[in-house]
Amino acid sequence: MTREAQQHFEILVIGGGPAGMSAAARAAERGARVGIVDDNFRLGGQIWRGEPDDSRSDDAKKTEASQWADRVRTSGVTALCGLRVVHQPAPRVLLAENLDGFCELTYDKLVLATGAREKFLPFPGWTLPNVMGAGGLQAMVKCGLPIRGKRVVVAGTGPLLLAVASYLRKHGAEIAVICEQASWSDLAKLGLALFSCPEKIIPALQLKRDLAGVPFAANSWPLAAHGQQALESVTISRAGKGEKISCDYLACGFHLIPNIELPLLLGCAVNNGYVQVDDFQTTTVPSVFCAGEPTSIGGVELALIEGQIAGLAAAGHGMEAQALFGKRRKARRFARSLDRTFRLRPELRSLPSSDTFVCRCEDVSYSRLRQHSSWRAAKLHTRCGMGPCQGRVCGSATQFLFNWNTDSVRPPVFPARVETLAAIPSRSQLQSSEVTGGES
Amino acid sequence: MPSQITVTVNGTPVRVPSGATVAVAMVIAGQACRTSVSGEPRGPLCGMGICFECRVAIGGIPHCRSCQVLCEQGMQVTTEN
Repeated sequence: MTREAQQHFEILVIGGGPAGMSAAARAAERGARVGIVDDNFRLGGQIWRGEPDDSRSDDAKKTEASQWADRVRTSGVTALCGLRVVHQPAPRVLLAENLDGFCELTYDKLVLATGAREKFLPFPGWTLPNVMGAGGLQAMVKCGLPIRGKRVVVAGTGPLLLAVASYLRKHGAEIAVICEQASWSDLAKLGLALFSCPEKIIPALQLKRDLAGVPFAANSWPLAAHGQQALESVTISRAGKGEKISCDYLACGFHLIPNIELPLLLGCAVNNGYVQVDDFQTTTVPSVFCAGEPTSIGGVELALIEGQIAGLAAAGHGMEAQALFGKRRKARRFARSLDRTFRLRPELRSLPSSDTFVCRCEDVSYSRLRQHSSWRAAKLHTRCGMGPCQGRVCGSATQFLFNWNTDSVRPPVFPARVETLAAIPSRSQLQSSEVTGGES
Repeated sequence: MPSQITVTVNGTPVRVPSGATVAVAMVIAGQACRTSVSGEPRGPLCGMGICFECRVAIGGIPHCRSCQVLCEQGMQVTTEN
């Protein structure tokens, strides 16, 4: 990328997962000049990462992922991968950087489809190498990590655990156990909710078949991970008793949290941790839309519906978008039942011991954090959340552990290079000279 | 395209499947990516560019998130200590 390159799009989409891809394709198919930006090296997001590119096979065999990839390609969307947005130096201008340099992206309409990340909770030993997120280990395997013959404990909460266990097993891993912290009665209620979403029943039954013979424990969670230089074993709580299991990997995540840093930076109102949107997926900031997980954790189906609505609405085809409202209502209902089922049980607050690091970037222990009354105080006194992840990992953990409100962001929203940041003052100087008529 | 490529991690050659990320190369090599401020070994956690635990120097560029970079034949990776 050349330095200080600038690109303008009628519609700019941030995030290349299902919501972003469907928004970009629907808008571009209506003739808009559309750009889509993603931090990863290819489109697809986390869920479609590593899907085989079967663009040459006939339509009937194509997966949903490759169908949307085709539509993005053929509709003329400009895909900018390996590029992450770090700042908004002026209204309708975003500053982004990649490994080689930085650029400015300008737009008339913006669609935020920034997705979600896994929620992590601290417990003794969770910082050992080979303790990964559930989605984290899956992403690594999709990126080439050999898993055949490896023994894996899958733990935490949420539907992702089953999907990950099934994926790893298909690739030859031995799943020692799946530990789900939710109770059997909550899981049973979710099972009933499935009947109102027939399209989810077949994938659910498929998962059940894929996982036949794999031990599954509800009311179960990791107590500690053990090892010297890397993970060797895990102690889990099952049926109220501790049980030590030797394993190569612990895949552990506690459901998902939306990536709302960029929406917050742009000034979008957030409610209960989710970006507020109206029927057309418009945020409280004019010309800025939001779709997918940042508005509610509802999975790929809801993300695709919301993405399409946002893309059509941004392209000025709101009428057409209305046809999708009914489907969205149903998918949102299911999202709410997921939230209820996979609520974290209070016992998990006592997982960390006093010397367990909660902030992994700055190695801040649980006992040091416990002395403070707010996220801000903890940041000021301990550097918690001040490392390169900017609180993306420890923020949600402290929200759960201490009820701290961590919804605040400052630019840049990702660590950025000095030369990228150096471009900001020159631009604001330029603008102020324009406003004042210039100083000679 | 060859199905395996070789990168070096702290000077030692590591064979990885083509298309693998540098984070995968680190785990295959059995090497921690970084040493934390209190001296703990750390490896990839999120696998998606959020947690910054997998950062290494790639071709001399420090603080690269290894999960976001694909391996290239002959790439030199060094850990940050």
